[in-house]
Amino acid sequence: MTDTTSGLTTSDGRPLKAALLAAQSKARRRAFLLVAPLLLFVILTFILPIAYMLQRSFENDGFSDSAPQLAAWFAEHPDGSEITEGAYAALVADLATMQANKTPGQAGTRINYTVPGTISLFKAAARKAEDLTPPYKEALIALDADWAAPKLWAAMRSASTSYSADFYRVAIDQKRGEAGDWARGAERERIYIYLFVKTFILSAIITLSCLLLAFPIAHLLATLPMAKSSLLMILVLLPFWTSLLVRTTSWIVLLQQQGVVNNILVALGLIGDDGRLVMINNQTGTIVAMTHVLLPFMVLPLYSVMKTIPPSYARAARSLGATSWTTFRRVYLPQTLPGIAAGSLLVFILAVGYYITPALVGGADGQLISNMISFHMNKSNWSLAAALAAILLVAILILYWLYDRLVGIDRLKFG
Amino acid sequence: MKKLLVLSTALTAVAFSAGADVTVMSWGGDYTKSQVEAYHKPFTAATGTAVISVDSDNPAPAVKAMVEAGNVTIDVADVEYADAIRLCDDGMLEEIDPAVLPAAPDGTPATDDFLPGALTDCAVTTIVFSTIFAYDTTKFPEGPTTIADFFDLEKFPGKRAMRKGAKANMEMALMADGVPAAEVYAMLETPEGQDRAFAMLDKIKKDTIWWEAGAQPPQLLADGEVAMTTAYNGRIFAAAVGEGKPFGTVWDGQVYEYDLLVIPKGAPNPEGALEFIKFATSTQPLADQAKWISYGPARMSSGPLVGLYQDGKTEMAPFMPTAEANLTNALASSYEFWVDRDAELNERFNAWLVAN
Amino acid sequence: MALPTYASPLEKVWYYAFRVICAVVFLFLIAPILVVIPLSFNAEPYFTFTEKMLAFDPAGYSMRWYDTLLTLGSSAPDGPRDSGWWSATWESATWIKAAKNSLWIGFWATILATSLGTLAALGLSRPEMPYRRLITAILISPMIVPIIIIAVGMSFMFAKACVDSGSALGTILGPFLSNRGCLANSDLGVIVAHATLGIPFVIITVTATMSGFDQSLIRASASLGANPRTTFFKVIMPLILPGVISGALFAFVTSFDEVVAVLFIAGPEQQTIPRQMFNGIREQISPAILAVATILVIVSILLLTTVELLRRRSDRLRGVTGR
Repeated sequence: MTDTTSGLTTSDGRPLKAALLAAQSKARRRAFLLVAPLLLFVILTFILPIAYMLQRSFENDGFSDSAPQLAAWFAEHPDGSEITEGAYAALVADLATMQANKTPGQAGTRINYTVPGTISLFKAAARKAEDLTPPYKEALIALDADWAAPKLWAAMRSASTSYSADFYRVAIDQKRGEAGDWARGAERERIYIYLFVKTFILSAIITLSCLLLAFPIAHLLATLPMAKSSLLMILVLLPFWTSLLVRTTSWIVLLQQQGVVNNILVALGLIGDDGRLVMINNQTGTIVAMTHVLLPFMVLPLYSVMKTIPPSYARAARSLGATSWTTFRRVYLPQTLPGIAAGSLLVFILAVGYYITPALVGGADGQLISNMISFHMNKSNWSLAAALAAILLVAILILYWLYDRLVGIDRLKFG
Repeated sequence: MKKLLVLSTALTAVAFSAGADVTVMSWGGDYTKSQVEAYHKPFTAATGTAVISVDSDNPAPAVKAMVEAGNVTIDVADVEYADAIRLCDDGMLEEIDPAVLPAAPDGTPATDDFLPGALTDCAVTTIVFSTIFAYDTTKFPEGPTTIADFFDLEKFPGKRAMRKGAKANMEMALMADGVPAAEVYAMLETPEGQDRAFAMLDKIKKDTIWWEAGAQPPQLLADGEVAMTTAYNGRIFAAAVGEGKPFGTVWDGQVYEYDLLVIPKGAPNPEGALEFIKFATSTQPLADQAKWISYGPARMSSGPLVGLYQDGKTEMAPFMPTAEANLTNALASSYEFWVDRDAELNERFNAWLVAN
Repeated sequence: MALPTYASPLEKVWYYAFRVICAVVFLFLIAPILVVIPLSFNAEPYFTFTEKMLAFDPAGYSMRWYDTLLTLGSSAPDGPRDSGWWSATWESATWIKAAKNSLWIGFWATILATSLGTLAALGLSRPEMPYRRLITAILISPMIVPIIIIAVGMSFMFAKACVDSGSALGTILGPFLSNRGCLANSDLGVIVAHATLGIPFVIITVTATMSGFDQSLIRASASLGANPRTTFFKVIMPLILPGVISGALFAFVTSFDEVVAVLFIAGPEQQTIPRQMFNGIREQISPAILAVATILVIVSILLLTTVELLRRRSDRLRGVTGR
C-alpha cells in the first residue's frame, strides 16, 4: 500500500498520501467544529454542574470551618493518640468561638450525621463554653459524660478536615460504633440501602409490567397493515407527548377512593361502598402511574424490532409442524430479544431516577431514592444529598454503558 | 473618587429598594389567603408596595437552605416558634428591635401589648395556632372525643393522616398513651419516652398517609381518603365553617404554639420587609386576620376587635385554640425542647417512616 | 395479521383474546388522558362523574373551572368584563402569568437547543467525525441521567455562577439574570437548564433524518459551484427541515413540561405552568388543575399531529416508503 501511494503526487506536486491525510484531517476538523459549540455548551451546563456536585459530596466544611483549633490539635496528634487536656482546651476554645459566630448548630449537625444525638450536645456545651474553667476535660465531661465517648472524638477527627468520604459512609447506613470505628448503624437508623434496593425492585416491577403490556400491542402494531397501525400508533404517541403532570393528575383522579375507578367498581357491585380500594398514596400508585408514563419507551423499541421480523419465519415453522406456542417461543421470541433488551434497559434507567410521579402519588412507601435526595436538599444537607446522588449516578452510568454496548446509543428513536 | 462610587452605589440601592416588591413566604392555602386579605392587600393599599406571595410546606427549612446557599429570594418568612429561635441562634435571620413596632391604639407600647414571649430577638409573633385532629362526621356521627381515639383503629376504623415530621406527632402520641400534658416533654427527653411515642405511632403506621402541606389534611378528609387527620385548626375551621364540609374538630390533646414573621439574612429588600412586618403585626391587621381563619391574634389589643367570621354570623371565639373550653387537655409546644432536638428526632422519624 | 385458514379452534379463541388484550392496553394508555377532559367541565368540585353528568344534563356541566384560571390571583375587580378587566387579568392572573413564563422560557430554550443541536447533528452525521460514539453518548446523557441529579448539580453551580453587573457581560445578560447577577433564580438559568435537557431530543430526531441523507448530494452541489453556505441553505436545510422542526417541538415540550429543574434552580419569579400544577396537585387538586390539564392535552394533540405530518413529509422527500 505505502509503496504504491508514496510515489504518486497531486497536480500541485504534493505527495498524494500527505494530501489525502491533510484533506481527511481537515474534514475531521470541520465535522468536529460543527459539534464543538454544543459540546462546549453541554460541558458547561451539564458536565460541570455534575462535577461540582461530586466535589460537594466530599466537602466537609460544616465542622472544620468552625473548629480550627481542634483541627490543629488533630493535625499534630495522629490517629490513635490519647485525647489529652490539650484537645479539650482546643475544643472549648472552638465552642466559645462557635457560640460567638452562631455556628454550634451547624457544627453539631455535621457530627450528628455519624454520631446521632450530638446537635443538642454541641448547642448545650457552646452556650456554657465561656464560663468553663480548666481543667477543661473534667469541666466538659461534667456537663455531659458523652464528651468522653471515643466515637465522638473519632467523628470530630474525620470531620475536621476540609474533605472527607464520610458522607458516602452515611449514604450506605454506616455510623460510628462505640469504639469510634465504622459500623452498621442501629437498625432504626438504616434507611438508604433499603431505599436503593427498593428503588431497584420497584423499577424492575415497573419494567416488567411495561414489557408485559407493551409486547402484545407492539406485535399488533408491527403486523397490522400500515393505515391501521399508523392510527393505533397515535394512541401510543399521544401519552408520550402529553405533560407528565397531566398524566399524574389523571391517575390521582382515577385511583383515589372517591375516584373514577372505585366509583365504577362500586357501581358494578364488585366492591362495597365501604370496601373502596386504596390505590394511591402507596406503592400501587407509584407502580401504576409510572408504568403508564414509561410504557411508550417500551413500545417504540419493541415495535421497531418486530417490524423487521419477516412473517414468513413463523409460517415456515408452522408448516414444519410446530404448534403456535412453539413457534412463538422458539422462533418469534428470540428474534424480539434485541427490542426487549433495548426497551427494558431504557425503561429501567428512566424509572430508577424518577422523582415527580412518586412524589405526587407514592405516599410514604412509594418513595424512591430521588425523593430522599430532594428531601436532603430541602433540609440543606447538601453533602449527603450529593453523595446519594453520586451513588445513583454511578448506577445509572453502568446501565447506560450496558445500553450502549447491547443496543447502541445511536439506535434511540421516537415515533 | 472611590468614596463617590460607594456613595452612588448606596444611593441606587436605596432608590431600588424603595420601589421594590416585598416577597413573603408562607404556608399556602387558606392560611396564606387570610394573610393576603388581612396584611398584603391593606399594606399595598397603604404604601404602594406590591407583595408577592410564595407558598411552602414549611418556610423554615427553605430559609435555612437559601441563607446557606447565599441565595435568598424572599424578604419575609412565616415560621414556627422553635424554628424562629433556632434560625436566629444560627445567625440566619435579621434582628428585629421590638421598639420599632407600633404601639397599640390606646398607647400601650408593643412590648407590653404582645402576649408573653411573643417577641424574640429576630421574630414577631402574629398568631397562636394549634395542631388538633379532625374527623369526618359522616363516618363517625358520634365522633371521637379524646386523643386516644385517634390511635384506636378498632373503635374508630379508617385511614389516618398525620404531618410528615416528628413535631406535634410525638407529643400527641404520648398524650394518647395517657401521659399528662405537663409531663410530656420531660418524658420525650428520655430515650424510653421517645420509644414509647414511636411505639404508639407504630399502631397506626400502616393505615396512615403523611401530609406535608397544611392544605392537604382538609383535602384528604374531603376526598374520603382518610377518616381522621391531624391538622392546623384554622384549616379545618375554614373548610368546615367556610365551605360547610362535614368535619369535626377534637381539641383534646391539642398542641398550640406561636407563629412568627422573620426576615432572612441577605433578604433582597430588608427595609421593605421590616415595613411589612411593622404593618402586619399592628393591632388592626392581626384582628382582621381572624375574620378569615380561626387563629388567635398575638396582640392583646387585637382581642376585643375580633368579631365575626367573614360569613357575618359565626362567632370566632369558640374556635380559637386558646378558648377556655379547648384548653382542658392541651399542651403548649415547648420551643426549648424542639430548638435542640428537631433535627435528631426528625432523622429518627424519617428512618422510622422508610423502614417497614 | 388475518387469521390463517389452518388455525385450530383454540387458536381462534386466542386470536380474539389477543385483540381484546390489546384493546385493554390501548385503553390503559389513552383513558387517563381523555378522562380529564369531561371532568374539567364538572359543575361540582369533585373529580368523578356526577349523576347529572352521566345523564348528560346540561346543569351537570359548566365552564367555572376555566373561569377560575382567569380569576385566580387576578387584581381585576369583579364586574363587567370590559377591556380594562381583561388587561388587568392579562397582567396579574396567576395562571396567565405562569403561561407567559412557560412560553418565554420554552421559546428561548428551544431556540438554543435547536440551533446548537442541529449543527452538532450535522457534524455527527459526517463519516469523518472523530470520537463519534463517545461524543454522542455525552450529548445524549442529559436524557439518561436522572433530572434530579442534574438539578442538584445545577443548583450548586448556578448559585455560584454570577457576573458583576457592571461588567460588559453583566450589561448584556443583566435582564436575564437574577437581581444578584447569578444564574440561580433567573430566567437565563432555567432557559439554559431546559435547553440542556432538550438537546438529546434534537440530536436524536435530526440525526435520524440525516441517516437517510445522501452525502453525495453535498458533493454534487459543491461540484456544481455552490459554496458551503448555499449548499447548506439550498440543499441540506430543505431536506432536514422536517427533522429539525420535530426536534424543536420535542425540545419545546421538554421545557414546557419540566418541573424538577425549575423547583431546584428557579426563584419565585419563574413560576411556570408545571410548577403551578405541581404545587396545586400536592396541596389541593381543585378541578381548575383539570382545566389546565385539558388545555395541555389539546396542545399535545396539536403538536403530535404536526410532528406526524412532518415525519411523513420527510419520509416522502427522502424516498422512504412505509414506516
